[in-house]
Amino acid sequence: MFVKQVSVFLENKEGRLYEVCHVLGDAGINIRALCIAETADYGVVRMIVSDPEKAISVLRNSGFTVSETDVLAVVVPDKPGGLAQVLRILKDAMINVEYLYCFIEPGTDRAIDIMRVENTEAAINVLKDGNVEILTPAEVYGI
Amino acid sequence: MSIWSPEYETMPEEQLRELQLKRLRWVAHWVYERLSFYRKKFDEVKLRPEDITSLEDLKNLPFISKDELRKNYPFGMFAVPLDNVVRIHSSSGTTGKPVVVGYTRGDLNTWSEVVARIASAAGVKKGDICQIAFGYGLFTGGFGLHYGLERIGATVIPVSAGQTERQINIMMDFGSTVLVCTPSYALHLAEVAEGMGVKKGDLRLRVGLFGAEPWSENMRREIEERLGIFATDNYGLTEVIGPGIAGECQERNGLHINEDHFLVEVINPDTGEAVEMGESGELVFTSLTREAFPVIRFRTRDLSRLIPGSCPCGRTFVRMERVKGRTDDMIIVRGVNIFPSQVESALLEIEGVEPHFQIVVDKKGHLDELEVRVEVEEAFFPDAMRKLVEFQKKVEDKLMASLGVRTKVTLVEPRTIGRTAGKAKRVIDKRMY
Repeated sequence: MFVKQVSVFLENKEGRLYEVCHVLGDAGINIRALCIAETADYGVVRMIVSDPEKAISVLRNSGFTVSETDVLAVVVPDKPGGLAQVLRILKDAMINVEYLYCFIEPGTDRAIDIMRVENTEAAINVLKDGNVEILTPAEVYGI
Repeated sequence: MSIWSPEYETMPEEQLRELQLKRLRWVAHWVYERLSFYRKKFDEVKLRPEDITSLEDLKNLPFISKDELRKNYPFGMFAVPLDNVVRIHSSSGTTGKPVVVGYTRGDLNTWSEVVARIASAAGVKKGDICQIAFGYGLFTGGFGLHYGLERIGATVIPVSAGQTERQINIMMDFGSTVLVCTPSYALHLAEVAEGMGVKKGDLRLRVGLFGAEPWSENMRREIEERLGIFATDNYGLTEVIGPGIAGECQERNGLHINEDHFLVEVINPDTGEAVEMGESGELVFTSLTREAFPVIRFRTRDLSRLIPGSCPCGRTFVRMERVKGRTDDMIIVRGVNIFPSQVESALLEIEGVEPHFQIVVDKKGHLDELEVRVEVEEAFFPDAMRKLVEFQKKVEDKLMASLGVRTKVTLVEPRTIGRTAGKAKRVIDKRMY
């Protein structure tokens, strides 16, 4: 049920992000979504890819520090207030969002939000109750 | 420049060796009768104190290490009853138990004497106003210089370490003429003084007595230029007495060792054999007059060499070059002794993992900066940024607590720390000496 996000630890210096993307490209892995959290010295690159297992293994073999995290992929209407509507459900259920990043699915009126929450199971339940569409891993990897 | 104790400091060599031998025999008897530690050492090599008839005979005795002294924590190496110990100092204890040293009234007298000599050699005299910016406490720096300078008759201001702006105000208001501190702190003082708008002409500083850490000729020039001071180097070790073992004269071509109190040897640290005169090696000291805490053939782990030939200043005491390094991996950061093993155990304690790390020492402005680079491994790579920052902070706090020096922790990618034969290169020292 959970979408596997691949996180990579990177030093904040030139060429490192390229190296990650290059390794994945060579392995024929497509990056669906990517975001970076950074400090002055280092950062964490978070990615949704077409094949998380393979991505983790090729990155590890290339010497990167990699981890796998359960995240949610939530469908949000691509219109003003769309995201707020989803977040309200989580707020009311007292579920904290650790981080979130979005991308728009081309040719549709919907956006996909990748969310890391404190309690993933509970979040799924309340979102489902609120009629929010949650994508399956297969749907996400193959978008 | 006046010589404080010319009868000793300019003693003809032959006479000096005779005096050393007489005192060596005294200390040999002293420790043999009082400390089973030394008696065992003598007995092992079947040497009786009365068998010592030349300085060469000392070479029959084994060396002693800091570890052996430490094992006798706290007072096991005191050769007199505690009743007769009037002062206690101690090493910092960064690698475990500290070495605790005791001083009899006679020892304090000797200490004042040897410090008075090195201060006079540097150019300090009665009438000088001496600002001591070394820490006062168990550390020997503050008190050691204090009593030696008082002995000269100089005016001593025991400011102790830190509070830089206050130091500068005192320096101006009291008209300090002598500054006592570490060389890096002298540069820091200069920087802060400049920032406060103080001009070189506002200060009356004349002589600097600097020690407790390695420094360079470049640093010396810079200190002199910025503070308008005559900067001198001196050397000491808590285990032997503290500051006062050796100091520079006006020639500043090596530090004269107070040979009537401290017998020096230079050895090859790997074989323990004496090196040729003038060659580099590890300094080994035997105290010739200490009562409460005598040491016989103490291995300092400091690397230096003796300078052959006589000094134009007239002193006959042999000169040692300023210390060039260590035989172990100890580094000195802002006057504090640090071993990589301390960082290792701090990291191990935090996450239960033993990551690859590297210590980088550099100068930021004039103060030493300590950075610890830690390779982030999957065992402790949380996806949450907050946890990474927390980890970093935790390591910094832990290192601060165990080293006593603020450390910047930098998280780096795996395998970015250079390794030699699979082992990470633990220390990179970018400071120039």
